[in-house]
Amino acid sequence: MEFTLREEHRLVQSTVREWATARLLPRAAEMDRSGTYPREFIRELGEMGLTGVFIPEEYGGGGMDTVSYCIVIEEIARAEAALAAVLSVNNSLDCFPIFAFGTEAQKRTYLTELARGRKLGCYCLTEPTAGSDAASLRTTARRDGDHWVLNGTKIFVTNGVEADVLIVYARTGGDGARGISAFIAERGDPGLSVGKIERKLGIHASSTAEIVLQDCRLPAARLLGEEGAGFAVAMATLDGGRIGIAAQALGIARAALEDAVAYAKDRRQFGRAIAEFQATQWKIADMATRIQAGRLLMYRAAWIRDQGRRHTLEASMAKLFASETAMWAATQAVQIFGGYGYIQDYPVERHFRDAKITEIYEGTSEVQRLVIARSVLGGHHDTTASDGRGQA
Amino acid sequence: MNIVVCVKRVPDTEVPIRIRGDGRGVEESGLNFVLNFYDEHGVEEALRTKERLGGSVTLVTAGPARAVEALRTGLAMGADAAIHIQDPALASLDHIGTARVLAAAIKAVPCDLVLCGKLSTDDNAAIVGPAVAEFLGLPQATAITKLELGDGKATAHREVEGAVEVLEVKLPAVITVERGINEPRYPSLPGIMRAKRTAITTRTLADLGISAPPPARVELLGLTPPPKRQAGRRLEGEPAAVVHDLVRALHEEAKLL
Repeated sequence: MEFTLREEHRLVQSTVREWATARLLPRAAEMDRSGTYPREFIRELGEMGLTGVFIPEEYGGGGMDTVSYCIVIEEIARAEAALAAVLSVNNSLDCFPIFAFGTEAQKRTYLTELARGRKLGCYCLTEPTAGSDAASLRTTARRDGDHWVLNGTKIFVTNGVEADVLIVYARTGGDGARGISAFIAERGDPGLSVGKIERKLGIHASSTAEIVLQDCRLPAARLLGEEGAGFAVAMATLDGGRIGIAAQALGIARAALEDAVAYAKDRRQFGRAIAEFQATQWKIADMATRIQAGRLLMYRAAWIRDQGRRHTLEASMAKLFASETAMWAATQAVQIFGGYGYIQDYPVERHFRDAKITEIYEGTSEVQRLVIARSVLGGHHDTTASDGRGQA
Repeated sequence: MNIVVCVKRVPDTEVPIRIRGDGRGVEESGLNFVLNFYDEHGVEEALRTKERLGGSVTLVTAGPARAVEALRTGLAMGADAAIHIQDPALASLDHIGTARVLAAAIKAVPCDLVLCGKLSTDDNAAIVGPAVAEFLGLPQATAITKLELGDGKATAHREVEGAVEVLEVKLPAVITVERGINEPRYPSLPGIMRAKRTAITTRTLADLGISAPPPARVELLGLTPPPKRQAGRRLEGEPAAVVHDLVRALHEEAKLL
C-alpha cells in the first residue's frame, strides 16, 4: 500500500494551484458578487487540458487519469467553487459520456471541442417532477423520419446559460428506466431555448438554468448510445461525476480550514491568538482529520475507476463524506471567525454558502446513502475489503 | 534555432525559509520547490523562439537527484530534451565551479543560443550565466527584457537607469533574461505526460571530461535570518503636534526627509 502521488500528479497539482492562486483566487469575491466568471478562464483552462482532463490527447483532452482529475477540481474549488462546478460538469457530465458512449463522428464533432475548452457543455437530466427519481422523467423524444422531436422542460442545469453542447435525456419508450435515451443537442437547435435563470444560495458565478424543449428537432445521428440505454448512460456518467463533486467539496473544506488557520493565528482575544485556545484547536484538528479522511475515500474511488473496475459504491461514499465534511468544515470556519464569519468582507461565509450544494447535486446525501445501503444490504460489499475488490 | 536553457530548482519564494542547524544552508523539509522564476522566463523565451523559427530546446541543470524536478517542469512547458549533471562532487562547488560544469555540458550540444535566468531567487548571485559565457568563450548580454534574433546576430534590450540600452551580439551567445521579457505559459496536461515519457540524459563530471572538480574559491561562512521587523508606532495627540512628530521622525529616525 502506498499513499504518495506520482511525479506527474504532483506537477499537475503545483501547476493548477499556481494558476488558481494567480488568476482565480483574486477574482473569487467579485465573481460571487457579480454571478459571472471571465469567459477567458475557460480558454485558459482549455489550453492547459483541464476542460477534458481524462480524455485522450487524440480527442483534444489532457490524457490523464481520474486521480489527476480529482487534483484539478480540488485545486480550482479551493480558490473558487463555482468554476469547479463549471469545469466538473464539462469534464464528467459532457466529455465523459460522449467519450464512453459516442460514435466516432460524435467524438470528432463534439468531444474534441469540449475537451479543448472551445465549447462548453451542460447536462440536462433533472425535471420539475423528476429529481432523485430520475427514471420518472417525462421529457419525450418522438421519431419523425430522420429526426427526433423532443418536448419537455429540464431544470437546475449547471452551465445552462453558456453551454454550446447539451446532453439531454428523454423518453423514447415506455415508463421507467428502460424507456429513456440520451441525446446530444446544440445551442441554436430549433425549439431549444434557455428558460428561467435561477438565483442560488451559493456557487453564484456558475449559471443554473431551465432548458425548454419545444418540438426541438435533432437529427437521428444525435442519439447518444443505444436507444433505450439512456438511463445506463446517465448512471455511468454520475459515478465519475460524484468523484468530481467529492473533489469540489474537499476544495471548499480546505479553503475553510486554510482561512480559519490563518485567522486563528492572527486574531487576538484575551491577550492571545485565538489559535492558542483549545476550543479553536479542536475545531481545527477535526477539520483537518475529516478532510484527510475524505481525500482518502476520494483517491480510492478514483484509483478503482482508473483500474477500470466498478466504483459506484466508492464514488457514493466519497461524495457523501466529502460533501458533509465541506458543510461541516465551513460551519466551523464561520464559528472561528465569529461575527467576521457572518459578513461578506471575509471569504468564509462564501465557503459556507458554496458548500451546501455539494450535499445536493449529482445525488443528494440521501441518494448516496441509498446506493451505499443497497450495496451493503445486498451483500455486494465485502465489509472487510479496503481495495474495492470485494464489490460484485 | 537550437537553444539550451540553464535551469535550477529553488525553494518557492512564497514560503518562509528556516535556516538549517549548522547555519550553512536552509532546512529543506516542508519546503515547496519550484523552477526558478527567472528560468521560467528563459524556458518561455526559448519555446517562443522555437515556435517561430523551428529547432529544439534543451534544458540543462546541475544538482542532486531531486534537481530533476526543474527539468520536468521545463519539459512539461514544452522543451524537447534535458540534461541532468549529477555528481557527488557538485556539492562542494561555488558558483564559478557550477558555471564551468554547465559550460562543459553545453559545449557538447550544438546550439545557437544559451538562455539563463538573470539570477536564481535562492542565492541571488547572478554569477552563473555570465560565467558560463566566459567558459564557452561566447558574447553575452544580461538582464534582457526584449530579444530579437537576426541572421547570425541578436539584438537585445536591457533596462538601465532612465533608459533602454540596445545591444547587438553575435550568435551563438549567452543571454540572461529579466522578468519583463515574456509571460511564461503554464504546463499543459499533455505536456506533463510528454515530460514524464521524455528520457533525461544524466552526466557525471567524468562524462564531461572534468577529472577533478574545480576547487571552490568562495566559502559560505554562515546564514543568519534578517532582523525581525519592528512593530509600527502610533503617534497620538493634536493633529498639529502629530504632524510635527511625524516629520521629525521621518527626518531624524527614518532619514527619509
